[in-house]
Amino acid sequence: MATLLVAEHDGKQLKPGTANALTAALKIGGDVTVLVAGHLCAEAGQAAAKLTGVKQVLVADAPQYAASLAENMAALVLSVADQYSHILAPATGFGKNFMPRVAAKLDVAQLSDISDVESADTFIRPIYAGNALATVQSKDRIKVVTVRISAFDATAEGGSAPVEALAAVPDSGLSEFVGNELTKSARPELTAARIIVSGGRGMGNGENFKILEALADKLGAAVGASRAAVDSGFVPNDYQVGQTGKIVAPELYIAVGISGAIQHLAGMKDSKVIVAINKDAEAPIFSVANYWLVEDLFKAVPELTAAL
Amino acid sequence: MKVLVTVKRVVDPYVKVRVKSDGSGVDTANVKMTMNPFCEIAVEQAIRMKEAGVVTEIVVVSIGAPQCQETLRTALAMGADRGILVETDVEVQPLAVAKVMKALVDKEQPKLVIMGKQAIDDDANQSGQMLAALLDWPQAAFVSALAVNGDSLDVTREIDGGLEKLKLKLPAVATTDLRLNEPRYVTLPNIMKAKKKPLENIKPDALGVDVAPRLTTLKVAEPAKRSAGVKVADVAELVAKLKTEARVI
Repeated sequence: MATLLVAEHDGKQLKPGTANALTAALKIGGDVTVLVAGHLCAEAGQAAAKLTGVKQVLVADAPQYAASLAENMAALVLSVADQYSHILAPATGFGKNFMPRVAAKLDVAQLSDISDVESADTFIRPIYAGNALATVQSKDRIKVVTVRISAFDATAEGGSAPVEALAAVPDSGLSEFVGNELTKSARPELTAARIIVSGGRGMGNGENFKILEALADKLGAAVGASRAAVDSGFVPNDYQVGQTGKIVAPELYIAVGISGAIQHLAGMKDSKVIVAINKDAEAPIFSVANYWLVEDLFKAVPELTAAL
Repeated sequence: MKVLVTVKRVVDPYVKVRVKSDGSGVDTANVKMTMNPFCEIAVEQAIRMKEAGVVTEIVVVSIGAPQCQETLRTALAMGADRGILVETDVEVQPLAVAKVMKALVDKEQPKLVIMGKQAIDDDANQSGQMLAALLDWPQAAFVSALAVNGDSLDVTREIDGGLEKLKLKLPAVATTDLRLNEPRYVTLPNIMKAKKKPLENIKPDALGVDVAPRLTTLKVAEPAKRSAGVKVADVAELVAKLKTEARVI
């Protein structure tokens, strides 16, 4: 048994999810090789080599991997796939994009978003917005798996695995990166934050998110939002926490003006401590909250910020 | 330009599903069914492209039980031109969906396939990317904007940190994210009209596709319930609880 873990990184550092996915890879058993594909990404390769339990790091450094285009990423993984029994990646926007291409080309099923490892061929994954947990077995020769990063702790540093270069596969020529617009924020990323402050439809408009940002800055927290707030145009889509947005499990999740639709709960109900602030005493969010406060958020949030 | 759009029949996203007591799955008997929300966005996108004169024909495809006809009729009532039901009783997993769609693409020769990014029942988020791979076509997963520009497709994708713009060579596969559009409501006259639109029924065998499931679900369980929380009277009590009881701040 041998596992290939495809690392998510920014060229210099690994994205936090990589170390969490590594924990899942180590739980499967067998040697773990980490693949770092990018352009000018040697530093990220060195970072991967430091993670405890990694046997080997492969670095594919070429311009066609700069934007992690799905066509090129899949072709690269496929060039080495036959040497592994398992191929893993974090179930983030990065992994979700190219992993199904790898599985289809290998003519194997993919196990999406696993939340636990039962054995080398059996995994647990949430379905129906996390309202049910399916135990799923794959008899395919290679298991292609994406890992719910909030369900696994991060593996610590403490290793020194050898780093080898992997030959690049020529650019597919099918797609081309034109540009990106990244949300600029000094706050932590949602999926890596220890504390998250999220706003819902009750915020009323985007301007009002400023009071959440003030609270977040006091706590060193990330700012999230419900789908209702995103649909209403209050904040960008990458703020979205939920079944179809980001799945998070911080130590503290503060839900403000969020009613608690099934699809939102799916994204945050595994948080360690949940606080809900809502003026509606019947809001479903209270059913998952450890602490809940029935009060007008425009009064409670500034008060909370001042009290910290 | 012809477009193929897939529609999946799923449990209504606002219904809280129950796990069967024998652990064999979730109870879908007598539960309200609807078109997967992301598939609705896919149909809407194709219709808008037709209204803009970019698309000439919209073929909608559903794979599954005979009742998927209702889902197809809804898509036809929204404005799609023609429906294909690939009828089967087995649980159709994403790889099988991609294989059926590959066979239909070979037959129908569309320039673009638009699919939902994810079905809200199995939450797999695979089929579109798998189809693109089987066809050796480029893909745009999780798109929030899409425009045909000669022989290429200009797309904006939702990524974890914001947005990404790509240029793809047509033909291509796109999967929809939430903000691509807001699907229209179907009107009664259009529901009546949709009844006359052509709807073909074929079996996977006729397409030469094996749809047998690859993954075996051994058990379905309910997630652990959170213990009941406490109501706090005011902000001061909340801060005190977070500091001394939960110790998270």
